[in-house]
Amino acid sequence: MSEVIVVTSGKGGVGKTTTTANVGTGLAMLNKKVVLIDTDIGLRNLDVVMGLENRIVYNLVDVVKGNCRAKQAMIKDKRYPNLFLLPCAQAGDKNSVSPEEMKKLTDELREEFDYIILDCPAGIEQGFKNAIAGADRAIVVTMPEVSAIRDADRIIGLLEANEKKRADLVVNRIRMDMVKRGEMMSIDDVVEILAIDLIGAVPDDENIVIATNNGEPLVGQDSLAGQAYMNICKRILGEEVPLLDLNKKQGLFSKLFKRS
Amino acid sequence: MSIFDVFKKKPSGNVAKDRLKLLLVSDRANCSPEVMELIKNDIINVIKKYMEIDCEGLDIQITQTESESTNGAVPALIANIPIKEVKHNADNQ
Repeated sequence: MSEVIVVTSGKGGVGKTTTTANVGTGLAMLNKKVVLIDTDIGLRNLDVVMGLENRIVYNLVDVVKGNCRAKQAMIKDKRYPNLFLLPCAQAGDKNSVSPEEMKKLTDELREEFDYIILDCPAGIEQGFKNAIAGADRAIVVTMPEVSAIRDADRIIGLLEANEKKRADLVVNRIRMDMVKRGEMMSIDDVVEILAIDLIGAVPDDENIVIATNNGEPLVGQDSLAGQAYMNICKRILGEEVPLLDLNKKQGLFSKLFKRS
Repeated sequence: MSIFDVFKKKPSGNVAKDRLKLLLVSDRANCSPEVMELIKNDIINVIKKYMEIDCEGLDIQITQTESESTNGAVPALIANIPIKEVKHNADNQ
């Protein structure tokens, strides 16, 4: 059975695109057939994060308007043959497609893919409405920071109002050193405030920047963020995976010290 | 930050959490500052009839309270109204 998942956040810059790229790639690594759809018309970015920017011929608007078939617009990933990207148009705006057209498209794609993952634009306007139209469930990405959490709360309210039955939380860009000093809200704080299920916690990891520079998602790699993203993928598949210990980075000495 | 600040300052993580908790309750109740101001003025006008109050010190906010009937947190309008003097001979209008 296939599932349509929208990755959303309200606020920009919290890691929607990075999360979409990594979760999509991770699910493909776990042998699922996946298509990622960039719905941020006018500000496309998922293509560069995936390192597929040079292969774009057609885009989402072309498919919706019938200028080409979905198959022609989808780009096969460099590493995983069961992973595809449907890029969005760089020209035009969010009104170029309607929620009805998006729902029709995602429903068509269900026949071929196990997971259809939509990268939602920031904001709560037309672009958001388009992205959530056909989704079964949502992943809400936020950061332990007041404005990101406030926007996430608004998004959760809107998802409920649109009868999206399930929304899970990803707390991104956590800095454990700051949490320890009490200068950043903890994962528990954020979950308590937003009151939805947590599906993953990702540390603020410089490897993310490096991975984006190279256009290769880091999911599954040895870094903390890479492991955190793989755990999210497994949880999406219904596996019970304990939360990653984000303190791992600290040296052996301090660990021994803490234990005693 | 000097070393003495450590003792008097609340960690900013807790400040953020407390601020958000309050903020989200009023966000969720969808009550704009303009509406709050109108409510505040109306409350002042009603109470003024019976007692002299400190209008400057009056503070109203929407926050959360435990409900006995629904077993959960519900939004509540909390008003803190400092009384200067109770009018004993409330004018019979």
